[in-house]
Order: sequence, then C-alpha cells, then structure tokens
Amino acid sequence: MLGAGGGNDIQWCFSQVKGAVDDDVAEADIISTVEFNHSGELLATGDKGGRVVIFQQEQENKTQSHSRGEYNVYSTFQSHEPEFDYLKSLEIEEKINKIRWLPQKNAAQFLLSTNDKTIKLWKISERDKRPEGYNLKEEDGRYRDPTTVTTLRVPVFRPMDLMVEASPRRIFANAHTYHINSISINSDYETYLSADDLRINLWHLEITDRSFNIVDIKPANMEELTEVITAAEFHPNSCNTFVYSSSKGTIRLCDMRASALCDRHSKLFEEPEDPSNRSFFSEIISSISDVKFSHSGRYMMTRDYLSVKIWDLNMENRPVETYQVHEYLRSKLCSLYENDCIFDKFECCWNGSDSIVMTGSYNNFFRMFDRNTKRDITLEASRENNKPRTVLKPRKVCASGKRKKDEISVDSLDFNKKILHTAWHPKENIIAVATTNNLYIFQDKMN
Amino acid sequence: MFVRGLKRKCFDGEEDIEGTLAGIKAIPSYNLQRQSLLDMSLVKLQLCHMLVEPNLCRSVLIANTVRQIQEEMTQDGTWQMINTQSTGQASLDRLVSTDILCRSSREQAEGKHVPGYTTFNKDFEGDQAQDSSETMSAASSVQVPRNLQSNVWEMENPQENKGNFQKSLDQIFETLENKSPNSVEDLFSEVDNSYYDLDTMLTGMMSNSKMGHCDGLETFSSPTPTASNSNCKSDLNELDHIVEILVES
Repeated sequence: MLGAGGGNDIQWCFSQVKGAVDDDVAEADIISTVEFNHSGELLATGDKGGRVVIFQQEQENKTQSHSRGEYNVYSTFQSHEPEFDYLKSLEIEEKINKIRWLPQKNAAQFLLSTNDKTIKLWKISERDKRPEGYNLKEEDGRYRDPTTVTTLRVPVFRPMDLMVEASPRRIFANAHTYHINSISINSDYETYLSADDLRINLWHLEITDRSFNIVDIKPANMEELTEVITAAEFHPNSCNTFVYSSSKGTIRLCDMRASALCDRHSKLFEEPEDPSNRSFFSEIISSISDVKFSHSGRYMMTRDYLSVKIWDLNMENRPVETYQVHEYLRSKLCSLYENDCIFDKFECCWNGSDSIVMTGSYNNFFRMFDRNTKRDITLEASRENNKPRTVLKPRKVCASGKRKKDEISVDSLDFNKKILHTAWHPKENIIAVATTNNLYIFQDKMN
Repeated sequence: MFVRGLKRKCFDGEEDIEGTLAGIKAIPSYNLQRQSLLDMSLVKLQLCHMLVEPNLCRSVLIANTVRQIQEEMTQDGTWQMINTQSTGQASLDRLVSTDILCRSSREQAEGKHVPGYTTFNKDFEGDQAQDSSETMSAASSVQVPRNLQSNVWEMENPQENKGNFQKSLDQIFETLENKSPNSVEDLFSEVDNSYYDLDTMLTGMMSNSKMGHCDGLETFSSPTPTASNSNCKSDLNELDHIVEILVES
C-alpha cells in the first residue's frame, strides 16, 4: 500500500485544514468545488453560498526546508448571488458548481466560475502601490478649492498594503435551460465549453452575447428522455476535441471539425455490462459523475459510483484499467438508493505525472491508486490526524466477516461525511481534499 | 436472471427472514422487493417532481429504474395478475414491503396487492393492448380512472384514504411543512390525479417548471384523453378547498 513505507511510496502528512471547526455545518459553507491553478501557487474553492475563496502558497521558507509553503487566504469574493427566474417561477441557486483557472498571461489571474445557469470570468489582481500627491485632490479624494492651489506637482506611486481585488470581467448568461455541470477551457485559451444536462455550448472568452451549441441531446418529445450529459471536458492538447459523459455510463469523443453540431460522436467509449452483476441499480451506478483527461492527453479517467476507470483514447470497447473505490457498497445499493447516496457525484483527479489517480469516498475517506505499482491506499481527512508532519495512517474497511483491529465495518461508515471534491497540485505532491465544509491540505513527507 | 442475488442486495438487514422463506418463497419475495423498489421510486419521483428545480439527472435515473421494473413485471406476467384485482379493496395497508412481510403466507399466495398499484397498473392497460414488449415510454395514451381521482382528493372517505398513496402524500406534506403556501398550491397543481401516470409525470417534470393551477393541468391534458381532463377540472374546486385547509393548518 502507498504510504506503508519503502521505495518511492509517498507518505502523506497533514499540512493544514481550513474552515469552521464546529460540527454544525452552515449550508452556505458547504464546499462545492476545489481547483489548483496551473502553477499550483493558487488554490480556489467554491461553496454553496456562491463564494470563492482563493488560497496562495507562501514562498518557500529557506530555513524551513522540511515543509513547503503554507496556503493562506489570498482573496475572498462573492461570485454568484441567488437569483430568481421570473418566467419559470424558480430560484436559481448561487452554489458554485465549477471553477476553472485560465493560464496566467500577465500579472493578473483569471478564472471562470459557474453556478447552474451563469458563467463568470473573474480577474484577480494585486494592488500594492497607489498614487499620492494629486494637484487638485486631497488625500481623501475631495477636490480642493482651485483658488488655493498655488504649486504644481506630479503624483507619485507609493507602496501600500497589498490589496487583492476580484472583479467580474465577463458574464456569460442566458445560454442554458438546464443545470450547468461542467466548464472546460480549450487549449487555444480563447474558447471554452459549458455543459448542462442536455446541451453543450461553445463560447469565446471575449464574447458574452453569443455562444454556439455544439451538442444537443434533448429529444423532441421529453417523454422519451432517458439519458443526460453528466460531464464534459476539452482535450488538453487538441483544441478541436472534447469528450462528454452520460448517465448511462458512456463517453463520447467529438471532433468539432467534423460538423458544427457534434451530435454524432467520433468515438464512443462504453464497457459492456457484466451480466453477473446485473441489478435494478446497474444503470444508476454506471452513471459517470466525472471525466478527466490525463495531462498527457493520451488517457481519460471516468468516475462512476463504485469505480474509477482509465480509458486509452485509442480503445473504445473497454477501459485499460479499473479500480474499485468501495466495492463493499455493492451489497448495500438498495439502502443507498433509499437515502439517495447512490446519486452522489464523486470527482476524480490525476497527479502531475499521471501516475496516480485519486478520488473520494464516504466517512471522509479518500482513495489513491498508483497505476504503476497497482497499489492503493485509503486515507481519512479528519481533525484527529492534524499534527503536521505526522504520516497519515492507512485506513481499511472491513466488508464482511471478522473485523480486525483498526478496521471499520461497512455499517459504521458515516454516509453524511462524503468527499466529493479533491485536487492534486500540478507539479508537487500536495493535495487538497474537501470534506463537507472543511478543506484539508496534505503533502508528502519531505526528508 | 434475477434470482437470489438481488434478494440479498435489497434487504440488507433482513436476510434471516428471507432465508427461512428461501426455497418455496424465493420468487414471491423477489416480487415483493421489486414492488417495494417500485413504490420507493415512485415516491422519489413524486417528491422530486415537487421540488423547486428537480435534478434532471436524478429524475431520469429513477424514471429509468421504474421503467425497468415495469418492463420486467410485464414480461413476468405479474402485471396481468395485478390487473385482475379490483380497486377499492378493503384492506389497504402501507408500504408493500413491510405489509406483506407481516401477512400470512395464504394471503401472499392469493396475491393481494394494494389497490393503489392496481390503479397504477391500469394506466398501462393501453400498453398491454399493444405489443407487450413495447417499453412504457412509447405508449402515451393512458386512462386515468375516475375512482383514483376521487381517492386522491376526497380525504373524507376513510376507506380510500388509506393506502400507500396516503403515505406518499404524508411524506409530501412533511417535506412541505417549512415551505410557503405558494409551493403547496403549486404542488397540487402538478400532483393531480395523474400521479400514477408515469409519462405524464415525466412530462410535467421535464418541462422543468412550477406551473399554476390551470397551466399544469393543461400540460397534462395533452397525453391524457379529454375525458380525464374534464374530471381534472371538476376537481379544481375541491383542490382549492383542500389547499386552503392545509395552508391554514
């Protein structure tokens, strides 16, 4: 198992935890998305209250060589407000569904954040100087009486306390009838896609009043609807290629060069059903909750309720690797259907080198699978383990039979403590794991 | 295809009870579980149908599950068996699963089922007239029986009060306790006598809107025949009356 010592295995240590300590979770504080920027210096979280909090990694302290810089709050802003759709008489939730960073082009940082209906481009910029010594204005901004002005001077920039400002630069609205589940920035860094349950739209970052519909799976007769889009992503290198996953467990790869409306896929990835595992819940657990390309662009990973699958883009008929996240839940599907947990949408992520994949589970457990060694580990995000530089102890769930010491039985798992969102630093072994309302940061033990 | 494996999946904690019934009762208890799953799914659909903005993915998955069960029941011939039961049976108990497990084996052999489901199944009589292998979604013309409507809305009638539909209504009221009167009103506008009409439900839900009284009924009128439509409208006054009572309480 990873972390069990020896060789190149990573030993994960607690680094930080952000968020309220008490068990009473305010609904607005529930974390709904986590994303590192391209350099890993910034870490953004979105919550159910429509707020975005960005953490910045401290510059490495030369004297403290045994740990990397800590992440501290850099900027907090209200991205989305609750809205009311008067036409349909419906409230539009302000919950942030996804955040995606743009690559940095100048001093400012840009990110896209989206709720169910509207995508916004935010500019986050620093201000650490301000002009002082105006001719016609006092320091507080009031205009001076012109008759009292007797000398001429040029304002100069003087340092001030660092201020981080977030301002909305573009608002992309009114293009989605259904709930937006994904946004993905194209490798051309000029366009991006947004996907809802039935449609995918292509936007230009500069243009807010127009978007192109590139996928539409809405049937003419809504009574015939049996499948919805669950996630979509652009290929990291090919700007004409994107994939979208469905509630029936299929992934379609589309090429925008083929036609304007990509209703016909170029490739269809689907694993044939295992007849021995067939049940009334087969379709629900096959529904894909997340799809992520590897950094290389050669593979893609999908997450369904019980497993993580790695697909080679050149092979459509089955995944090349399958990892069981919590197979012990297979016998509990009826209960999980009853309490709605079966509809939980877990995300997954790759490490920087595409050698390890990570995803969350229940009881605040999260799992990592090493693709090379084929070893896996289960760790827990809990405040009990929050001593820095203490290696996290691997956890184990006992499926049936005698429970060994330190194991947890399936029936003791807390299904309210679910880790749906995780993120891996693009370059280093630093991970961000979101429990319901806390953000945990773990790093590997540096010697 | 679905033999004992499914049984254990469904009733996680009740393996002992099921175990003793294993040999002879294997197939009936599977039917019970399936019925219970159907019941649960319908309630879920109903509840999410009433939410401010139903989660489309969840609704579609539950609806597909219901269709799957119904298809299987049609193939089994279980559908036929249920259809022969008449509505308004005297003994109306709650959730099928807990109920039937407590009944004697003789009753189980007689195949007594809750009339609610009988009526629900009657909706698909139209389907059975057609090719039985057709999926439910294909059939859009369904009959909404008159007595089901009166079951739903005439709360004074104790006999028709009971049944799992009442239980579903209770659940619905519970979830609405904290909501504004408006949502209750809208709730009733959508949850009309086509409760058991799956396709109608899906239509109302998929159009993704909370409609007013008449709007909701007009939408439902397209898949249902005009006969039931007039029945709907005649119950509107009763609806208003009931909503008033509920809102005040």
